[in-house]
Amino acid sequence: MAPPPPQSHRSPSPSQPSGKSEVSDLKSQLRQLAGSRAPGADDSKRDLFKKVISNMTIGIDVSSLFGEMVMCSATSDIVLKKMCYLYVGNYAKGNPDLALLTINFLQRDCKDEDPMIRGLALRSLCSLRVANLVEYLVGPLGSGLKDNNSYVRMVAVIGVLKLYHISTSTCIDADFPATLKHLLLNDPDTQVVANCLSALQEIWTLESSTSEEAARERETLLSKPVVYYLLNRIKEFSEWAQCLVLELVSKYIPSDNSEIFDIMNLLEDRLQHANGAVVLATIKVFLQLTLSMADVHQQVYERIKAPLLTQVSSGSPEQSYAVLSHLHLLVMRAPYIFSSDYKHFYCQYNEPSYVKKLKLEMLTAVANESNTYEIVTELCEYAANVDIPIARESIRAVGKIALQQYDVNAIVDRLLQFLEMEKDYVTSEALVLVKDLLRKYPQWSQDCIAVVGNISSKNVQEPKAKAALIWMLGEYSQDMHDAPYVLESLVENWDEEHSAEVRLHLLTAVMKCFFKRPPETQKALGAALAAGIATDFHQDVHDRALFYYRLLQYNVSVAESVVNPPKQAVSVFADTQSSEIKDRIFDEFNSLSVVYQKPSYMFTDKEHRGTFEFADELGNLSISAESADSVVPAQRVEANDKDLLLSTSEKDEGRDPGSNGSVYNAPSYNGSSAPTTSQPLADLAFPSTGISGQAPASSLAIDDLLGLDFPVETAAMPSPPPLNLNPKAVLDPGAFQQKWRQLPISLSEEYSLSPQGVTSLTTPHALLRHMQSHSIQCIASGGQSPNFKFFFFAQKAEAASMYLVECIINTSSAKSQIKIKADDQSSSQAFSTLFQSALSKFGLP
Amino acid sequence: MILQFFVLSQRGDNIVYRDSQKGSAETFFRKVKFWKENAEGDAPPVFNIDGVNYFHVKAAGLLFVATTRVNVSPSLVLELLQRIARVIKDYLGVLNEDSFRKNFVLVYELLDEVIDFGYVQTTSTEVLKSYVFNEPIVIDAARMPPLGPASIFMQGTKRMPGTAITKSVVTNEPGGRKRDEIFVDVIEKISVTFNSSGYILTSEIDGTIQMKSYLTGNPEIRLALNEDLSIGTSDYRGSGAVILDDCNFHESVHLDSFDVDRTLSLVQPEGEFPVMNYHMTQPFKPPFRINALIEETGSLNAEVTIKVRAEFNSSINANTVLVEMPLPSFTARVNFELEPGAVGHTTDFKEANKRLEWGLKKVGGGSEHTLRAKLTFSRSYMEIS
Repeated sequence: MAPPPPQSHRSPSPSQPSGKSEVSDLKSQLRQLAGSRAPGADDSKRDLFKKVISNMTIGIDVSSLFGEMVMCSATSDIVLKKMCYLYVGNYAKGNPDLALLTINFLQRDCKDEDPMIRGLALRSLCSLRVANLVEYLVGPLGSGLKDNNSYVRMVAVIGVLKLYHISTSTCIDADFPATLKHLLLNDPDTQVVANCLSALQEIWTLESSTSEEAARERETLLSKPVVYYLLNRIKEFSEWAQCLVLELVSKYIPSDNSEIFDIMNLLEDRLQHANGAVVLATIKVFLQLTLSMADVHQQVYERIKAPLLTQVSSGSPEQSYAVLSHLHLLVMRAPYIFSSDYKHFYCQYNEPSYVKKLKLEMLTAVANESNTYEIVTELCEYAANVDIPIARESIRAVGKIALQQYDVNAIVDRLLQFLEMEKDYVTSEALVLVKDLLRKYPQWSQDCIAVVGNISSKNVQEPKAKAALIWMLGEYSQDMHDAPYVLESLVENWDEEHSAEVRLHLLTAVMKCFFKRPPETQKALGAALAAGIATDFHQDVHDRALFYYRLLQYNVSVAESVVNPPKQAVSVFADTQSSEIKDRIFDEFNSLSVVYQKPSYMFTDKEHRGTFEFADELGNLSISAESADSVVPAQRVEANDKDLLLSTSEKDEGRDPGSNGSVYNAPSYNGSSAPTTSQPLADLAFPSTGISGQAPASSLAIDDLLGLDFPVETAAMPSPPPLNLNPKAVLDPGAFQQKWRQLPISLSEEYSLSPQGVTSLTTPHALLRHMQSHSIQCIASGGQSPNFKFFFFAQKAEAASMYLVECIINTSSAKSQIKIKADDQSSSQAFSTLFQSALSKFGLP
Repeated sequence: MILQFFVLSQRGDNIVYRDSQKGSAETFFRKVKFWKENAEGDAPPVFNIDGVNYFHVKAAGLLFVATTRVNVSPSLVLELLQRIARVIKDYLGVLNEDSFRKNFVLVYELLDEVIDFGYVQTTSTEVLKSYVFNEPIVIDAARMPPLGPASIFMQGTKRMPGTAITKSVVTNEPGGRKRDEIFVDVIEKISVTFNSSGYILTSEIDGTIQMKSYLTGNPEIRLALNEDLSIGTSDYRGSGAVILDDCNFHESVHLDSFDVDRTLSLVQPEGEFPVMNYHMTQPFKPPFRINALIEETGSLNAEVTIKVRAEFNSSINANTVLVEMPLPSFTARVNFELEPGAVGHTTDFKEANKRLEWGLKKVGGGSEHTLRAKLTFSRSYMEIS
């Protein structure tokens, strides 16, 4: 008998004493049964194996039983085999010596006459995950892929993927991907085919960062023969594999419209599948295929309404949430189509709150002239809900609908009724909304002020609500009889007010009140300024108080024109998300991006992203045209909000505070004087560029008013030195996105591409590597021939200064359009020269 | 795709895990509890912590959890978790922590066949039968609570006990005989909103035709629905027809005859599955009408009267009816007064969530029942909080 293997070091465990004796008992019992052929021996072995696995599961170290387990598993009993493989797989990872001992009998089992044992052994062999032993995998895997039993082939295909993750080179050198491709197109068993598709997608995606051949192979998965082959067999696939195939089809670009309709007709009945995942995957195909056909796209929305609503109501709450998130995305894109279905979005009392929140958002989105009354009536019922977070959300929803200008009279009445409900959270939410209403509808001020005036400030505790109340006291102090005295009592409690937001509003409100009713407010103003300057530790509060004090010292009437200028009504509140981000989420339909409401690069690690995560479809071109239109209302927002800049610390509550700070730090630049070049294509990516151009001016004005003294260079250097770039520049997509939104375009140019460059651009990957060799990194690429689109970035050597580039290349006209943004705009031209030089060398030997 | 899979009890104990570090389970459970404790409502079924996506589904008091790092279809993973729970239930007969612990080897075997390296292989109970060899250890079904809504209505006394479908579909009867039974349940969830005058504001029905098969040999089954069944507004088949807004079907269902005579054909897969889901918003007469009256009887007292009327035929009985009513958060005590001669009624005031419950064991068609509850408050409801 072979001596037992050396015992591995045991990890300390509180149950070690009892575990130790139990392990010894198990060891001796296994040894007794090892050679037994008696009837019932297998049953006894099963019981013992279960005990071993049970101990293993709760963390007791049973690795010393390895030899006995192997001996006992020389049997045709598959239950015993499975338990032994489970045991072996668990310990092989941390014990290479044990793993090596395992190889022999696993290899033998890979040749067993029973296909079940062959498959099980192969799966266990591939799950050992020990890099030193990969050479033992190639033979069994090769045989497994050719096995006459589909179960073995199924296991072998996933085994190839496992091998790739253990040792890339071994997998590629054995030419396994080519074998998988053959099986993909020829195997009669659809689960084998599905596994091939999963494995190839993963292998070729990971491999394509270093191999052009892999990138090409990856593209062949999206070729017409492959896609049509899979589509024609789609009903044979399991529902999970159908999702996989449909996801692939959604990336396929049909060559003409008849292909589109053929595919849609073939997949029509998938919309009636009971599995919500199949339905959503099918919908994604329909939406992507029809993106460039506006009329048909609208018909698709109509067609998919009913299946989605059925999935929402018939599924579990969890599935309901997932489907509802996607429905929410579609409603936001096409609210008019769903506006007659608003009753489907009424909350049911026993739904989880995460479902209710989504439904409230959707009721807000579909509200229009004909249904607002009913929707608001329903929402007002929820305000009395015992679920307080939902009650709050309901009130906010009513406020959002009021801002949409439908049936405003009735909604204002309801909001004012909330103020009289005498529940603190209802009052708080309603106050914030009334404040927003007044900014948009000043004509309602008389009605609102009458009710607000009855609210005691002592009953309002939440910072946001208190700030809103204070804002109204300052803004309408001429109409609110006791405004100066309420403000004065609030100032007296300055030290007990913990919210800086409230204190900032208080400073501004007292100033406004002083300009209208100076004798009654003078005392409060003095106290507020003294508190802000002398004792407040919050930098913003301190600076504002000091600023106001100096203004008043300088000239009272100038101070009034600065702090309380004539204002226009706010016509549009800024959107909380750019349309670029929304479009990207739509591209990632049927993924977590929809649930999280973020593009995937914001929540996925770099190594878990696909290579072309930023892929832009041609269909997006039409969407971009709409995006360009939205620049105008956005600019109007900026213009109107500027007047309120000094009146409130939050121009738009939805705006990200971080980016708000960044805007003020932008360099001085007048966007209107930027050189403009006529563009064949509209600016596809970032329609909000115009906003950033105006913010810096305000920022500089503030600096001057504060008396800050920055040294300013008055003359540019006559001839800047050549620009050197950092070859190891790093910038993550989120930061890129943010910078791109904030910086103005400093240069916009068009270059010609060499014929060799055009020829070399069969895959974008070649260009990426070429630019990388010039220290210019690509952060996103996409598009289809003849239009390619890239986003590059680069960094100055020895400095943090960044350059961002949008590059659109048309391979049929051999032209590229470049937009450059830079932290240091004075060096943009130098960078542009460098970029052009690099680009012009592409394709040349 | 799927990195880890684990099953947790309500207390956060790890019952089953696959390719998991314990830290992951703890991270997940802490987050879910945190969500609730901070009054943010229920934790959504999928969220992200440090680049890891956690999906979870509740089933029979257990949490089925999966994690990914890549961007996947949330619908697919959540549906898969539910399906895994269902497959395990098909095997164990009863899904609970006890049956899980007794059958953990079988559960591991199932999981290994369902998911390989994070990729789904199959969730078909029928296919799995040829891959899985462990026999389930059965839990005594008599300890299970009665079935939920599916057993609420019945006509006459001809029905199987509710525990009939808690047997495993893969074990043989004693003596080696296979059961030749199939169960078809029509489960409808009716949602109705009344206004204070008793008028119906909204009403809808979400229905499922559910099958659980113990038949051998996978015979073909035909299921005939009403011939005048209409689906959608464009498919009108005469007055008095049943109108469904929409419906969907299990993939084993063939719809060749459906358009002609509303017949479904299917080759019966083993295990439990929904043949058809449907949704309708056509106005209908709800089975119960409920009136609630609240009277203030003092600054610290109120009286609630609830009246329930069964509006269905007197030959039909409703079993195990439960009436729940939320009460003000400052309710301290409730005294109940049942109508004279009430039999099989129970009353309870749930202090934890401020709710009164009224159980009626049996409600005959056409009958009417009344409950009076006297509420005592801990403070006047007119006081400002």
